Amino acid sequence: MSSPEYCLSGHPTLPCNVLKFKSTTIMLDCGLDMTSTLNFLPLPLVQSPRLSNLPGWSLKDGNAFLDKELKECSGHVFVDSVPEFCLPETELIDLSTVDVILISNYHCMMALPYITEHTGFSGTVYATEPTVQIGRLLMEELVNFIERVPKAQSASLWKNKDIQRLLPSPLKDAVEVSTWRRCYTMQEVNSALSKIQLVGYSQKIELFGAVQVTPLSSGYALGSSNWIIQSHYEKVSYVSGSSLLTTHPQPMDQASLKNSDVLILTGLTQIPTANPDGMVGEFCSNLALTVRNGGNVLVPCYPSGVIYDLLECLYQYIDSAGLSNIPFYFISPVANSSLEFSQIFAEWLCHNKQTKVYLPEPPFPHAELIQTNKLKHYPSLHGDFSSDFRQPCVVFTGHPSLRFGDVVHFMELWGKSSLNTVIFTEPDFSYLEALAPYQPLAMKCIYCPIDTRLNFIQVSKLLKEVQPLHVVCPEQYTQPPPAQSHRMDLMIDCQPPAMSYRRAEVLALPFKRRYEKIEIMPELADALVPMEIKPGISLATVSAVLHTKDNKHVLQPPPRPAQPTGGKKRKRASEDIPDCKVLKPLLSGSIPVEQFVQTLEKHGFSDIKVEDTAKGHIVLLQEAETLIQIEEDSTHIICDNDEMLRVRLRDLVLKFLQKF
Amino acid sequence: MDPECSQLLPALCAVLADPRQPMADDTCLEKLLDWFKTITEAGSSLLLLQGNPCLVELLCHMLKPQDLSSRVLAFSLRLAGVLAAQEDCFQYLQQGELLPKLFGEAGPLGGAAWTSPTVRSGWIQGLRSLAQHPSALHFLADCGAVDTIFSLQEDSSLFVASAAGQLLVHILGLSMPGPAGGPPSLQAGDWPACAQKIVGHIEESLRATATPQITQALNVLTTTFGHCHDPWTQVLWVRLSPLVAGLLEKDPVPAAHSLVDLLLSVARSPGLSSSSCGLWETLARTLSHLSPTQAGPLALGILKLQDCPQALRAQAFAVLLQPLACVLKATAQDPGPSGVLDGIVGDSMTADMLLPSKAACVGLLCRTLAHLELLLPLPQRPCPWPQAPLLGAAVTLLQLCGGSARPTSDAGRHLCGLLLGCVRVQRAALDFLGTLSEGTGPRELVTQVFAVLLEYLRSPDSSPTVLKKAFQATFRWLLSSPKTPGCWDLDPHALLFLRDLLPVLQKRLCSPCWEVRDSGLEFLTQMTRHWGGQAGFRHALLASEVPKLTEQLLRDPESYVRASAVTAMGQLSSQGLCVPAAGPEHPGGQQSLLAELLHILSTDSEGFPRRAVMQVFTQWLRDSHADVAGDTEQFVAGVLQVASQDLDWEVRAQGLELALVFLEQTLGQPRSHCPCAVTPAVAAPVGPLAQALQPLCRVRLFEFAFRALFDCDRPVAQKSCDLLLFLRAKTASSGSLQESRSSPHVASVEAALQRWQAGDQAQPLGDLEPEVVLAVLRSLDLEGLQGALAESSDHVEKSPQSLLQDMLATVGVLGGNEADCY
Repeated sequence: MSSPEYCLSGHPTLPCNVLKFKSTTIMLDCGLDMTSTLNFLPLPLVQSPRLSNLPGWSLKDGNAFLDKELKECSGHVFVDSVPEFCLPETELIDLSTVDVILISNYHCMMALPYITEHTGFSGTVYATEPTVQIGRLLMEELVNFIERVPKAQSASLWKNKDIQRLLPSPLKDAVEVSTWRRCYTMQEVNSALSKIQLVGYSQKIELFGAVQVTPLSSGYALGSSNWIIQSHYEKVSYVSGSSLLTTHPQPMDQASLKNSDVLILTGLTQIPTANPDGMVGEFCSNLALTVRNGGNVLVPCYPSGVIYDLLECLYQYIDSAGLSNIPFYFISPVANSSLEFSQIFAEWLCHNKQTKVYLPEPPFPHAELIQTNKLKHYPSLHGDFSSDFRQPCVVFTGHPSLRFGDVVHFMELWGKSSLNTVIFTEPDFSYLEALAPYQPLAMKCIYCPIDTRLNFIQVSKLLKEVQPLHVVCPEQYTQPPPAQSHRMDLMIDCQPPAMSYRRAEVLALPFKRRYEKIEIMPELADALVPMEIKPGISLATVSAVLHTKDNKHVLQPPPRPAQPTGGKKRKRASEDIPDCKVLKPLLSGSIPVEQFVQTLEKHGFSDIKVEDTAKGHIVLLQEAETLIQIEEDSTHIICDNDEMLRVRLRDLVLKFLQKF
Repeated sequence: MDPECSQLLPALCAVLADPRQPMADDTCLEKLLDWFKTITEAGSSLLLLQGNPCLVELLCHMLKPQDLSSRVLAFSLRLAGVLAAQEDCFQYLQQGELLPKLFGEAGPLGGAAWTSPTVRSGWIQGLRSLAQHPSALHFLADCGAVDTIFSLQEDSSLFVASAAGQLLVHILGLSMPGPAGGPPSLQAGDWPACAQKIVGHIEESLRATATPQITQALNVLTTTFGHCHDPWTQVLWVRLSPLVAGLLEKDPVPAAHSLVDLLLSVARSPGLSSSSCGLWETLARTLSHLSPTQAGPLALGILKLQDCPQALRAQAFAVLLQPLACVLKATAQDPGPSGVLDGIVGDSMTADMLLPSKAACVGLLCRTLAHLELLLPLPQRPCPWPQAPLLGAAVTLLQLCGGSARPTSDAGRHLCGLLLGCVRVQRAALDFLGTLSEGTGPRELVTQVFAVLLEYLRSPDSSPTVLKKAFQATFRWLLSSPKTPGCWDLDPHALLFLRDLLPVLQKRLCSPCWEVRDSGLEFLTQMTRHWGGQAGFRHALLASEVPKLTEQLLRDPESYVRASAVTAMGQLSSQGLCVPAAGPEHPGGQQSLLAELLHILSTDSEGFPRRAVMQVFTQWLRDSHADVAGDTEQFVAGVLQVASQDLDWEVRAQGLELALVFLEQTLGQPRSHCPCAVTPAVAAPVGPLAQALQPLCRVRLFEFAFRALFDCDRPVAQKSCDLLLFLRAKTASSGSLQESRSSPHVASVEAALQRWQAGDQAQPLGDLEPEVVLAVLRSLDLEGLQGALAESSDHVEKSPQSLLQDMLATVGVLGGNEADCY
């Protein structure tokens, strides 16, 4: 039996793999690589003279046929079009054959509408409730950001392979640009989400009787899960985006990952050298420093996740830093829902936060920040925000790629002053690439990536703890990062070495055990007569009919032998059932050669010679020209057409063996 | 012994001898024993025994088979030892065969009580006290005590085992001839029997295969050579050194730690002529046989020796430097010879020796750095001192720990993996780097030093303790940066560094971690104290946000940070580096700082900021700070009034310090012993004494001092007493003032002071005239008060009589408490 794994995404933290396991096809996560949007110009909320006046790009020979599609800004070239996303591979495997999709966290489901709505997918998606709700918010925000600034132009010329080759990096090196797609619609989102079935931690879900899948808490985000995929004799653990740090979600369940045959490990921290605690300190210090100098702080972020922890840190910090009078704004079409959702998912939170609910208090302190008017949230910068807006202030808004969303406006507004600071906390995008279309930029840029997912030291401890037989991971984790090739500590170090995969690759997962579980019917079990052949080991023969349905195997009592007389119906019935021959008894035990020879002599055989062979003995009856081969698992009597003699000898052999 | 105690003693002895009256608190027994020791050291033990027969009765009582507590038994053994330390008393006790019964087989030694480590320890300590004279030696030999002591060296209780070893050393010393006795023969037969026995035992142990036995022998020898420097010790070493050297033949060397201690003890012993007994050779062999971890302390010890062959010193230094040489070799960009610490790291010594495990590697590196740090300031440190390679090693270690090193070799990468983020090595390396600032280094390396320090100060991953050490090392390196002759300002390179440093400091002052804010402020204070007057520094500082941020930290929620901010602002203000605060609530910059500090002094709920304010004010007064000099009297009066009501005694004591500065300035004689005192701008008094005292009266300094004189906290009262005595001495020399002892005002002040002394400090003294003050000063028994204050607060309770009463009271013999017993 082989279990292939198809890798559809090259992004280790936004995975999309398909696992064929026990005749079930399971998609593991459905991540959407949004780094492709960095190649596009930002979508401003209001007309930006700076962006619209950027010069068109022309080839070295002066050919300017691409100048409508490509614009140049401070030495970088951008596509002037609606941003597009790099989808998971759709050609490697027929996605309509996927039976189920397991989602591990809300960041890893952003490609779901592309898969469920355009590939013929007819299966079920499993995810926890917070994952679905917050995933919906992220999708809603994304769709909103892009749809509210409709752009007429759509660039496609540059995607021509011959033309792409002529473009400067990074456009030249962008992969599979022909498959890049525009953002989905809200309708597609709703349809995709309707295919999701909600699950709870440790809930066992049977897939076609063959496989059981179970989500476990992964400690990374609200409702984030690792998955156990197991049959009776094989266990695959899928670890994707886990955290051992004490932040807001329920702690990671490590114990259930033990005894795995294969552990698929994805979603480790993207910044293994940055310690989240140090980064939070850095974030607070730089924020305070800017605000005290009268500057504004812009924090490009997702509407859920780390922002909850940042707000909690700020809640503790602002009074001590004398920032009580500084307004904090959270601008997102889903800001209100995100802040409210976080407070109602008590059962998915860490113990400390759960206990608060019983006091009763809101689990997150941002409720108090909102109550005291220190934190205000708005769906967009239009409307109430413009009348409340007061500087200096701190603004949390999306999108972290700086290509769409309200953040584009603030970058344009504040970029010219060195008093202001943009602090990057989301690790998904290179901050230098994100800033490229805003150059030249006077505002300060601070990079404090906060990624609470497992680092390599934690992985090493985890693997020691759960001891999987095999580890499978993206190839990026099997060698140090290219920029730090001397850091041997920044890779997975395990024995046997981890098996790696890359985008568009198929990997055969190694399973050693080849057993199936078979149930036995009670009446059949009652009829068994076990016989002890060794101390503690009993055997019984069973004659039954193996009944297989829905990947479940059951031994049923054999039908009674057909009655010799009977009506037509019966006869026909007896024709249907297999022939049950009268079975010979099974033999067990070993033949002690010396005693056997003595017995032969007693029965009148003489001139007996015994030879030792590699597997046992050969007893030669020279007079009778007969040979008896006695081996561990077989005995052969070779005589020359003397059936009588053979039967006599056989019966003598049988005397030494047990029958049942 | 005073009669009161003699009277109480029989009852106490009866209590001790009564197993039904257990002594709950054995510290009482310790105190009792101390008291007996004091008595016997001052007088005759024999007379004591004869005067108090209950003591002998107590000792005799111990011999009866009964269920006595092990504490009391141990106490009795120790008491017997203390008493028998005097030979006549020993003989007296011997008459009754009391000592053999107590310390011999017939005593606890053979009984069930011996299972208690307390009793075994008491037995050893009793013998230790007793063994003071030749008769004692005979006694020990007769009762076979030495064999018991040998076995006690292996006792399960570490205290007992250690005490047994020390007792052996003591007996050996007692049995051998003193300094006047001339060198004893090497022949064992000529030595006293007891000494022969002990030395024989040591020899046997050194030949043993079991490490614990060897360790015991080595420890006994270490103590012997450490404590006794008589000529016989040299003979002993000559006799035992072959056996000790024999230990080096074994692999691994057993009891290496104890061996190192012994060799260093021998080398330090003035009684031994090291060159004549092959010690240097043994040390050299030991250095080469031990592992780097074991050899480090030996190398350090050798380098600290005053007279030691140059070759051995060089070898020791090479051993000490080995781990750092390995680090440099492993991280050298060029795979060939590292070019630094050449000759120190041989082919056999590779980084592998450092790498077996993270714990071993970190431990070895930290110890090495600590050893070198200890060595650096010593006059006998190796010369030439490899300053540049050591700087390079410290910088490399810090880069490895911080993740900025880019080693190319496998060993280097492995080392990087082991040390990355290791706070222990970071702390040790930063301390060492700071110490190295006392020397110089090539410009290129110094640039690297500043770069790595800046990297640490910048890094978000630096822990608060590492950061504090990074600040300290930075300050030391800035201090050591080359100075232009005749100019105390920072050199151009340091100024460039400062330009990079100040933004980092700014950020650190905004850290969410209070320890970091605190370290940042301390660093700022240090820098301002040194370079606050220098143009380059002033310019850079004023161009930054640092002064403004510091001012904001006066309102920090953490009291330690507020205190450090107060000190920093005081320093900045002294140097004219305070930025006038903008806004309506801070009119007039500097003046507002004085007001703000006064506000902190009167309202802050924590003591640290208030203490810091008092220190700043005292310094300002001493330096004649502009704000203070404007109206000094009003300033002092205001501060003293607030300080007098402070609940924290340190604030009140600091108030007295401020009062003293004012007093000295007013009377015109600054204390010469204070090195930082600046000649005050206040003119020395020219008029008569009364006139000179007037300002003191106006600021109500006397009321403050008199109130402090009866303060419930002793240090405050002592300080006030000192101040008033100083003032009285000053005024006594100029006796021009007419005394008014008999005036009714004086009487009322004296009456008020008496009430104050009694605890009623409600009534103020009102306005005092100089004449009245002087009269009151003379009438007060300040010397008596000073004497009483010098006594420790429990001097009444510490008397032996009190101790005996307490002990009796706890068991209820004195009665009175019986009603409470239920």
